[in-house]
Amino acid sequence: MANRSVVPFGPQHPVLPEPIHLDLVMEDETVIEAVPSIGYVHRGLESLVKKKDFNEMVYVTERICGICSFMHGMGYCSAVEKIMNVEVPRRADYLRTIWSEMSRLHSHLLWLGLLADAFGFEALFMQSWRLREKILDMFEISTGGRVIFSVNKIGGVLKDMPKDMLKSFVAILNDMEKELSETTSVFLNEYTVRSRLEGVGIITKEDAIRRGAVGPMMRASGIEVDMRKTGYAAYSDLDFEVITSDKCDSLARCQVRIGELFQSIAIIRQAVDKIPEGEISVPVKGNPDGECFMRLEQPRGEAFYYVRANGTKFLDRMRVRTPTFANIPAMLQTLQGAQFADVPLLILTIDPCISCTER
Amino acid sequence: MAQFMSFTKTVLKNLISKPATTSYPEVPKEYPQRTRGHVEISIEDCILCGLCMRSCPPGAIHVDREAKKWSIARFDCIQCGYCVEKCPKKCLSIVPGYTKPDSSKHTETIKKEEALPK
Ligand code: SF4
Ligand code: SF4
Repeated sequence: MANRSVVPFGPQHPVLPEPIHLDLVMEDETVIEAVPSIGYVHRGLESLVKKKDFNEMVYVTERICGICSFMHGMGYCSAVEKIMNVEVPRRADYLRTIWSEMSRLHSHLLWLGLLADAFGFEALFMQSWRLREKILDMFEISTGGRVIFSVNKIGGVLKDMPKDMLKSFVAILNDMEKELSETTSVFLNEYTVRSRLEGVGIITKEDAIRRGAVGPMMRASGIEVDMRKTGYAAYSDLDFEVITSDKCDSLARCQVRIGELFQSIAIIRQAVDKIPEGEISVPVKGNPDGECFMRLEQPRGEAFYYVRANGTKFLDRMRVRTPTFANIPAMLQTLQGAQFADVPLLILTIDPCISCTER
Repeated sequence: MAQFMSFTKTVLKNLISKPATTSYPEVPKEYPQRTRGHVEISIEDCILCGLCMRSCPPGAIHVDREAKKWSIARFDCIQCGYCVEKCPKKCLSIVPGYTKPDSSKHTETIKKEEALPK
């Protein structure tokens, strides 16, 4: 048996600007085991519910993550709305759906860029992020922010998107689609890229279920689970297929995410066609009393919100289970037996968001 | 699609097209109308009710009814817009233009001149 050594990875590592620490037990160049430790940026946002009232918490939950900020706000609002039996106007549901899909677009483009960066294809990284910039501009035009949008409120949304704004967004996305297919075809076809992704980091269907993987990680292992199919917001009116792949490797995860990029554009197009006129929010009176949970599909997978209220303006408990947290066991599985040089790439294929995980 | 040189087309296109970036700050950035830059108040309409102070999540606003002063700690404000939504007189607004960097946190105070409406 070769000598074993332990190589620390992170919490400061060039490939991942976020702090997660792994102890890699190595035998020569092969990883035998990876032992994670998280908690470096724990901010205690969940216990802030005792100090900020339930309306102010909307702005706190948004700040859980800089990528899924819209969806965190939306998940929290939907949970409180469910407790209070508030029926959100249909137009607000559609607007939320459009912003959610825009979030998915910019998150997946960010991930593609980071992936390219991880295997050393700088120009491809720039190209992906250049495309992403357009989505951020669209966010700025419609919500006034590029990272934190502050458009959710309990009972609906704060800002409307007029017809011509929606039209111009669809036009931008239509243009982008061409560039997108050029860029993504490099990921899917280029020999150098494939050699880094194909057959690397396999997680079988059984393992994915046993390890409780979520999101694209799970769908790339051939499991058809997508919370959007539960029909929250306006998804029940929209027509889309869950994208899966049964190759189970890193390339499959890349394929699923790329498929979702085009799907998001199609969903936005549908939503813009179908969006009804009307109010964008309803007034909410009183304090929430009761408990409820809400599941929604973030770019990285299923997120889970639990809210318990006691009839006062301060909630009892708020809990968020973020997709990265659920995907860590699956990631550790892919690391076992991997080559050392593939470690950064394998960590990236779950699309980790450590700030989300630590809340 | 070709397995090799699939990026070449993009490279050539980028070579002859304009740069995607601008030379900020020489070329100033134009902000869209909705950009949440900073909070502004039209103090004439303010009734100093203090609702904005009580609703602000980071506690950036301070309203002093006695001294008829409305003040905001610009660096504490997170531009969430909750005060704008809450204000009963709709005298607050968020407008483009970020607070300039500074070496210390400061508070901007605006005094209401005329008497409080009874
Ligand atoms: S809520 Fe509006 S009216 Fe009341 S103190 Fe604040 S700015 Fe003035
Ligand atoms: S925008 Fe938000 S943080 Fe800024 S003063 Fe208003 S409520 Fe406070």
